[in-house]
This record gives sequence, C-alpha cells and structure tokens, in this order.
Amino acid sequence: MGRSAALTVLAFLLTFLAAFISPASADEAALRATIAKFAQAKNFQATESVVKELAAAGDPAVEKPLAALAEGDLYVRKSDAAVFIGRESGQAVKLADPLTGAEAGEAAKSEVTKVRVNNSLRRAIREALGSLTLGAEDPAARLAAAQTMFRTPDPDAIEALDAAIAKEGVASVKTALEQARAAAALASDLPEADKLAAIQVVAARGDRDALSLLTGFQARAEGPQKEAAAAAISTINSSLAIWAAGQNVWYGISLGSVLLLAAIGLAITFGVMGVINMAHGEMVMLGAYTTYVVQNVIRTSAPNLFDWSLAIALPLAFLVAAAVGFAIERGIIRFLYGRPLETLLATWGVSLILQQAVRTVFGPTNREVGNPSWMSGAFELGQLSITWNRLWILCFALAVFFVLLFVMKKTPWGLQMRAVTANRRMASSMGIRTPWVDALTFALGSGIAGIAGVALSQIDNVSPNLGQGYIIDSFMVVVFGGVGNLWGTLVGAFSLGVLNKFLEPYAGAVLGKILVLVLIILFIQKRPRGLFALKGRAVEA
Amino acid sequence: MISGKFFAAGADRRIAITIAILVAVAIVVPILNLALPPDSALHVPSYMVALTGKYLCYALLALSLDLVWGYCGILSLGHGAFFALGGYAMGMYLMRQIGDRGVYGNPLLPDFMVFLNYKELPWFWHGFDQFWFAALMVMLVPGLLAFVFGWFAFRSRVTGVYLSIITQAMTYALLLAFFRNDMGLGGNNGLTDFKDIFGFSVQANTTRSALFAASALALALGVFVTWRIVGSKYGKLLMAVRDAESRTRFLGWRAENVKLFAFTLSAVMAGIAGALYVPQVGIINPGEFDPANSIEVVVWTAVGGRATIVGPIVGALLVNAGKSWFTGALPELWLFALGGLFVAVTLFLPKGIVGTWDQWRARSRHRAAPDEADGDAGSEEEVVVRVEPRPAAQLKPPHGGLAPQPAE
Repeated sequence: MGRSAALTVLAFLLTFLAAFISPASADEAALRATIAKFAQAKNFQATESVVKELAAAGDPAVEKPLAALAEGDLYVRKSDAAVFIGRESGQAVKLADPLTGAEAGEAAKSEVTKVRVNNSLRRAIREALGSLTLGAEDPAARLAAAQTMFRTPDPDAIEALDAAIAKEGVASVKTALEQARAAAALASDLPEADKLAAIQVVAARGDRDALSLLTGFQARAEGPQKEAAAAAISTINSSLAIWAAGQNVWYGISLGSVLLLAAIGLAITFGVMGVINMAHGEMVMLGAYTTYVVQNVIRTSAPNLFDWSLAIALPLAFLVAAAVGFAIERGIIRFLYGRPLETLLATWGVSLILQQAVRTVFGPTNREVGNPSWMSGAFELGQLSITWNRLWILCFALAVFFVLLFVMKKTPWGLQMRAVTANRRMASSMGIRTPWVDALTFALGSGIAGIAGVALSQIDNVSPNLGQGYIIDSFMVVVFGGVGNLWGTLVGAFSLGVLNKFLEPYAGAVLGKILVLVLIILFIQKRPRGLFALKGRAVEA
Repeated sequence: MISGKFFAAGADRRIAITIAILVAVAIVVPILNLALPPDSALHVPSYMVALTGKYLCYALLALSLDLVWGYCGILSLGHGAFFALGGYAMGMYLMRQIGDRGVYGNPLLPDFMVFLNYKELPWFWHGFDQFWFAALMVMLVPGLLAFVFGWFAFRSRVTGVYLSIITQAMTYALLLAFFRNDMGLGGNNGLTDFKDIFGFSVQANTTRSALFAASALALALGVFVTWRIVGSKYGKLLMAVRDAESRTRFLGWRAENVKLFAFTLSAVMAGIAGALYVPQVGIINPGEFDPANSIEVVVWTAVGGRATIVGPIVGALLVNAGKSWFTGALPELWLFALGGLFVAVTLFLPKGIVGTWDQWRARSRHRAAPDEADGDAGSEEEVVVRVEPRPAAQLKPPHGGLAPQPAE
C-alpha cells in the first residue's frame, strides 16, 4: 500500500514535471494508465482523486474524458476493465477511445458500467478543466481559465498557477493568473506576509468579484490581515462607486443620444421655423415602420443583405418621412403660419390620423425589427458594460447632428432657411422663394425624424404608439436647450439624459422622470427662452 | 358700435336661453326617467341619463377651458389634470363611504391599501370621510395647483406655445405620478367600486338622476359665472390681455394677475366638473391625466367656437355624441374622424360652429339693414391690413396707431 502510494506520488510528480516542461509531449501511455484507474475507483472520492491526477497531467488531451465524465458518458467495459467514452443508442452503447475519440465498436448496456458522478465531483471536474486550460495555446482560453479559478479559489492550484505565471508571456493573462493565485493564496494556509501581498493583488483588480472574495476573507481573517482586507474593501468600494457613476454617465449619454435623435428634427421644425409639430413623433414612427418593411423585404428576397438593412432603410425612411412632412406643410401648415396654437391642434389631428393609419395597415401589435450582427452584443471597458447598439446610436446621433449643423451653416440652402427665419419679407424681396424654403425646411425636419426612427427601431418597440412616447420629451429638450439653437438641443438632450439617469437610482425610474419634468417646468420659469436663448430686443419675441 | 350692442343683446338672450334650457333639463329629465313607465314613448332610459350627465360634465370642462383659451388666450393642454384632480378628491370621499363593505372588510382602509399592505391611512386621506371637506378639496386642490403653477408661469412671462407645452408636461408628470402605487391613490387601477354617496347607492336610478340634475345645474351656474365675468370690466381686461398683452401691461395693468385669476377660476370649474363626473362613471384612474385627453377638450372647445360661452357646450356635446356613435358603430374610424376634426376645424372653421353662425348672422343682418351699417359697423369691417404696396402717404393709418399686432 505504502509502496503504491509512493509510486502514485512519483508518477504524479513526473507527469506534472512533464507538463511543466512541454505539455504536448506528455506521455500518452501514462495518461491511459491514469484513465484506467477509473475502472478501479469504487467511490466518489476515489474517482475525484483520479480526476485530480488527470488534471495534474496538464495535457489538453485529457479534456475529452473529463468532459465526458462530467456528462456521465464515461463507461467501463466489464470484460477487460477498459475505459471508453460512450453514447447510448437504444439498447447498445457506442464506444469511443477516451483520448483520441476514435470509434471502438459497440457494447450492450449490460456489458458496460457507467462511471457515476455527483455534484461535488462535477465541481471538481469543472475546476480541473479550468486549470487544464491554463496550458492552452489560445491566450483567451488561458484568460478564461484564470478568471474561473479566481472565482473558485483552490489552494491546491497554487503550484500550477505559479508554473503558469512563470511561463506566461501575455501581460493581461499574466495579471489574471497572478490574481487567481492571490485568490488561491487567501484560501490557503500560507504565511501572513503572502496573504497580505495577495490582498494587495486582489484589491488592485477592484471589481465586484474581488469585493466578494475579500469580504468573504475578511469574515474569517484576524489581526493585520483583517485590517488589510478592510482597507482593500473600502478602496474597492470607492473605486466601484466611481465606476458606477461612470456607468450612469454612459447610460445618461446613451439616453441623451436617443433624446437628441428624437428632438433634432423638432429643433428644425419648431426651433428654426417656429412650427409646433405635434405629429413629429409620428414621423419617427414612420421611419421605424419603414425599417420594418425594408427588413421584411430583405428577409424574404435577399437574406444575405440583412446586415445592410439599416443602411438601406436610412434613405428610404428619410424620403418617406420627408414626403409626408412636405404634404403636411403644403396641405395644412402653410395656411396656419402666425397661428401657432391652431398649428398645434391641426398637427395633433394629423398625428392621430397617422397613428390610426399605421394601426390599420400594420396592426396594433408590436412589430419585430431585428438587430444586424454588428449592432448586437456588448463589450466591457474597465467596469463599464457598453452595448454595441447604444454606442452606434450615439455615434449616429452625433453624425446626424453635425451633418445638420453643416447644412444649416455652410450650404446655400441653410443660408436661405436662416434668412427666411430671420426676416421673411426681406428674404422674399431678395428673391428667395419663401414658401418653397418653408416646405423644404419642414420636409428636412420630418425626414430627420424619420431616420431617427430607423435608429430607435433598434432599441424600442415598433408600435403605432412609438411616437407618442417621444413627443413630450422632444419638446422638453428643444425648449430646455433654447429654441432656434441646434447646439442648445445637443446640450439639452445630453444634460437631460444624464440628469435623468443620475436621479433614477435615488428616486426610481418614474419619480426620476417626474422630477426632471418638474425641474424643466421650473427652469422654463426662470429662463423662458431656454439655456441658449437667441439674443433680441423684442418685447414679445 | 351699434353692432357691438346688438351682439351683446343677442349674447345675453342666448345665455338666458341656455341657462333656462339647462335648468329645465335638470328638472324634466329626472322626471321623465323616474316617473314615467319604461314603455312610455317619453321615457328617458337610465343609460341615457348617465351618458348625458357625463357629457354635461365634459361641457363644464370645455367651458372652463374656454374661459382661459377663448377669453384670455392661454391654451392650456393640461386642463384634464384639474378635472382629474377634482375627480380624485371626489373619488377619495366615495372610497371612504365604502367603509367595511369592501372585499377585505376593513372599516378604515380602502381595499387597495389593504392589498398593498398599508398599516394606516396616509395623512392626506384624513378628512375625506366628510363631504364638506371633500367638496372643499375638489375646488381647493385644482385651484391651488393652478394658482402656484400660474403664479410661476405668468410672472416669468411664459406665454403662447411655451405655456401650452409646460401645461402638457404638468399633466404628463401627474399621469406618471398617479400611476405609482406609492402615491397611496390606487396606482394603476385608480379608485373604483364606489358604493354610495350621501347614503344613497350610486347605482340607483334616483341617485343617477340627481347627479344628472346636479351636473346640469353646475353647468348652468358655470355659464352664468363665465358670462358675468366676461361681461364685467375684468372681462374686458381679460380680452385686452389676450389681444395685446404688452400693450395692456404698458397701460399699467398687471397682466399676470389678470391671467392668474382666470386660470385659477377655470381650474376650480374643471375640478367641479371632475367631481361630478366620477360618481356617474364609477371610476377615476390615472388615464384621465393623459395629455391626449386634455387636447381632446381643446378640440371640443374649438369645434363649438372659442370665445363664445355656448360654443364649448355645443362642441362638447356634439363631439362626445359623435364619439359614442363612432366607437359603437365604426371603432376603427374614430381616430380618423377625430384627427380630421382637428384639421378641419382649424382650417375651415376657426371660429367654431357658434362663432361661424354669429358671423353669418351678422353679415345677413348687415345686408338687410344697409343704412345702419353705413356708419360704424361697416367701416369696422373694412379695416383690413393690406399686404399690397401702397403710396407712402397712405401707409400711416389715419388715427396714428398701428393695426393690432397679434401677440405670438
């Protein structure tokens, strides 16, 4: 007994050494010998020790039998105690070689016995697989293994980690490995100095995992270790608070970009032309439905173009919304210039008609608009989690804003628009066709609402009520920012977005929104012309 | 200004007729409903009484909006909020009247509070078991909100469209607030399951008839009050503020106070309308705060004719009757009809039905009596601001004043 134990230890050390020097050349025969021990294992502890032994070999090849074991697919043939990976098919079991996966014939169910596993054994296998991939070729796999080991620290893994750290070449993976080692050190019975150093390493990581690890450690530690852990926890907490604030800023900017998109068309029609367009939200809705139609056509006729669906929908949405806007201006609004309250009512009527029209054509339920692949998913930036679609929408909103700014400030058309706004009769006597400019300006504002709809279809429900949700917010943004000023709209949108998201954690989503509305109402009392009011000397501008 | 006097006399007679009709309706309809057997040709069915009573409350709401919009130029898109607040005050009284007859049988707490695990009555629910207190709150809460809101808004000279938008934001904020369960006002479901009012069952025909009569009388009172206000010196000031606010201010009047009074009074009227509405429909929920409702009130007023006292009543009754018919017969088309109404009224009927009728009457009268019209009335109609260029000498108006510039 003592002799065989010593041999086992020797074999263990040898295989470990072999793995350490070059994992690829681990002796296949030795592995097979270890795997064969599954046949002798009479209870779960014995199986677990075999698992650990296999893991210690550090050869990626053992992943296959271990994964099969975790799934309960590892079998022992009764006749010769050989171990196989098996797949049940009817009354028979298809056998395969545990290392190579090569076919090894079939056996009746009665001829084989399954190697049984329980939950604690499955956990051991998972950890073993984690440490196994420490030797993987792919740095991403090594990183993932290190992260797993950080979350489930195991004092026995310290040596393996030390070895991995020593030969690790990629800096980020090395840091992760060191953190995993520190986590393991905290769980071990290493001397105090080591643990204090480990606390520093874990604290430097500074995320929620580190926090929970240290909190757990602090509960069972004593003396200077406890103090060090407490200090580290407070450092992590304060840095997490900063990250949380950063995350709120990001959410706020993201909300602000949505507000900007929704409001920017209104900044043209309301801000520049002074037309109260209550049907603005419906232009956004039309844009969203255009996206839906485009995606439907693409799905049925050219599925491989799906990633381009938004790019195709953009000009179409602009044209659809601009055409509707043009029709509204020519048909209704031009008779109501100088009567803003009547304009408000008439355009409200238009919005009701458009909503009901869309409801009649597309039905009252939400329509599904898909995300193209480049807009799905998320990535991490430090402790910030950023979704791609929000990031794209932010970029898109800014791009639309600056293009619009360019059109307004640098093109002849923009010059005419501003001239008509500043002094209609003077502009008219200089030969500008003011009714035409009015119609085109309104169409531009509506068209921009339409392309906002394309973007908003990615994050909101596409339903006939889509526009209703944005109309009050859009007006708030334009009025808050200052009518007739595009920069005001930009600043207004982002400050309202960030303010909203900062109020939410304290007041809750609904109350936060109410507070923002109340603040805007109070703000308008103080500065009735918004943040960036146009300077003028008129009594009633 | 002979025609002016003519109008005044015509308007006076019209107001008197309206009040008389309303009082008569308040007396006759309950009798027709209660005293006559159901198979009689003159019998008014109970559902008709409830429906018309509801419309009369809407008419009072439209009238209150007319006072600020028609006569003072303040387009409030938040009048539904005052209506709903009055309704909630009444609803709270009716909730307290349920007593221990609720599903949970709690003598003090309304059902939804038991359901939401309230241990005691929130402070603002105290006193609502007394009708006088509830009646006071019906007027005080909307009035106070309007006073504070208007005090801030008018003082900082928020006018025109800006005012409309922040009133809309106000009702939107209230909508969101009342949807919360933490408000202690029933959250999403609002207040309902009312049992009785003054000890009479709200379901009973007699109570419904009484509520109908109360609505008609309240509307008659509203017509009377509005008429007296509009006819008074203050009413002239109100219209002066509407037509040329800056000029009124330069003449030494405090335009903000003029507006504040009208706004507050109008909110109180809206609150009373809401309070009469709630027992007749049997529920009040946050949906009443929906900005769309408030805008619908504006279209009733616009259809009937703003700045006429009878117009909003006619508009509210017509549009709501149309709504009832459409939602029954052609529910798909109602929003088209309503939207079309908004557009058509603003484009083709800017003075509304009653205003257009007055205009037509005045014109035919003018044709019928050319001698009389040769004097003041005729010249008044001739003063039109012309756009075509004229010789410089003629550019100056004869009396040295510019034609009135419409305030924004």
